[in-house]
Amino acid sequence: MSKGFLEIENLSQRFPQPDSNDLMTVFEGVDLDIEKGEFVCLIGHSGCGKSTILNVLAGLATPTDGNVIMDNKEIKGPSLDQGVIFQNHSLLPWLSARDNVMFAVRARWPHWSKAKRREHAEKYLHMVGLDHAMDRKPAQLSGGMRQRVGIARAFAIEPKLLLMDEPFGALDALTRGVIQEELLKIWSETHQTVFMITHDVDEAILLADRVLLMTNGPHAQVAESVKIDIPRPRKRATLHQEEAYYPIRNHLVDFLVDGAKAMSAKAQEAAARGENPRHRPRIVNPARPEADPEPGPRMVRAV
Amino acid sequence: MNREATLSVDPTTVERLMPLLRFADRARRALQYPALGIAGLFALWYWGGWAIANNEDTMAFASFAPGPTLAAFWDLVVSGNVWKPIESSLYRVGWGLAYAIAIGVPLGVMIGYFLTLKQVTHVPFQFLRMISPLAWMPIAVLAFATWDAAIIFLIAIAAVWPITYATAHGVQRIDPMWLKVGNNLGANPYHTLRYIVMPAIAQDVFAGIRLAVGVAWIVLVPAEYLGVTSGLGYAINDARDTLEYDKLAAFVLVIGIIGYMLDAICVRLIKRSSYHAEG
Repeated sequence: MSKGFLEIENLSQRFPQPDSNDLMTVFEGVDLDIEKGEFVCLIGHSGCGKSTILNVLAGLATPTDGNVIMDNKEIKGPSLDQGVIFQNHSLLPWLSARDNVMFAVRARWPHWSKAKRREHAEKYLHMVGLDHAMDRKPAQLSGGMRQRVGIARAFAIEPKLLLMDEPFGALDALTRGVIQEELLKIWSETHQTVFMITHDVDEAILLADRVLLMTNGPHAQVAESVKIDIPRPRKRATLHQEEAYYPIRNHLVDFLVDGAKAMSAKAQEAAARGENPRHRPRIVNPARPEADPEPGPRMVRAV
Repeated sequence: MNREATLSVDPTTVERLMPLLRFADRARRALQYPALGIAGLFALWYWGGWAIANNEDTMAFASFAPGPTLAAFWDLVVSGNVWKPIESSLYRVGWGLAYAIAIGVPLGVMIGYFLTLKQVTHVPFQFLRMISPLAWMPIAVLAFATWDAAIIFLIAIAAVWPITYATAHGVQRIDPMWLKVGNNLGANPYHTLRYIVMPAIAQDVFAGIRLAVGVAWIVLVPAEYLGVTSGLGYAINDARDTLEYDKLAAFVLVIGIIGYMLDAICVRLIKRSSYHAEG
């Protein structure tokens, strides 16, 4: 098996419980590879440990078991190789939009001249359409604009891996749509490797090459890796006209409605029997079921 | 000559005058209420002076009125005698505040950061804070070789509390998210302090300094009543002893004006370091 750019091996997270000596297993035995330049979304119900996985990748949390290797180096702590975009914008309120980006650029390339930092920051602010607002402070920006500054900042440090934890969760639907397209545009120009958590099925289909589906915890697993077989460039307005759109969407929704719970129950039984929980997600391509190496029993729902 | 022609104004002239007119309008809006307040204060002062002058028992103090006071003030400025006591007083206040800032800001950062330290220091600090700085006077005089040092000590001990507690308040308001950002960008403890903590608490520190300046300026005058032979407090005491009430009132005026200016500087600093909505 070829070595991937990002390899997650046997990742497990267990937390102590307040009223018992047993550890609570959030997720366990996760094996996962992500290719360079891939855009991967992770979907799952609340509490399944999505954010914990992301924090481990960011180096902000240490897993109970397993390890993460990026570009042949183990991730052991936060570094500039992993850029994070949080749900609520995390801009420094005393700095203008430009200075917020320049602040990060300076951390990445301390020896750059101020002019070069400025030029670099403005290039990325331009990519998210903020040419007119570079001098404004966060308090003078709308929620959507702040999140765009956050995106520009994260892309500007050109991390090897870009992590996003529900980046648009706090935005209204209209703004979210606009920023998703900004994100697609900037990603198509930079081809960063992106790992993103979302609750929004349509968002995942629009953005991702691959959607990972996570079952409910405890003993959560990354059960499936769903290929989004829709050609790029994708447009939000015409996405639903793609032939593959509804099969993919139905598959994802079915998983969230029934599959996650059923598979989670199976995983918990297996854990009770003491089976080895180590697993690799099943590869699924709902757009071409005949190409599915392991055809699932679930039917594609009629639209 | 045609009458209409003389009245018509070149439109470009109007255009060129517009910014000037707008500026005048803004200035009027900004100044009309302060001017009203100042006028009210003068009216009260004038009435007080008139009342004193018309009362047989207090007639001797009639030179507290605006007329004699402003004349004495003018004399002080023209003769240059006003500068020496101002210099001495500002020197003491400046050093007192410098010590208070040097002690209060780091102390405040630690109290804001370590909850335990806050709990340990709460009782002793509140106890010390509530003791009038002037109560330390005899001890200060014993402890310090010069009167200047004793006064600087009194000012510092009065000014250190507001700075300490405003700083601690600012540190507690730091959003953990900002530290997370720094952490994610690989900031070391020095970077975190210099580029995240300091700008985050700047406005609270300046707010504390503003309170401290007020307290220091108030403590200064009574402290200068004792021992020293320079400064605004001494000048007032000296004027009283020589029965020069117009000069005494003029120094009171000077104290008020300088106090106002110091406060205005602090307000500017707070505004400049503020990052909330109005920015």
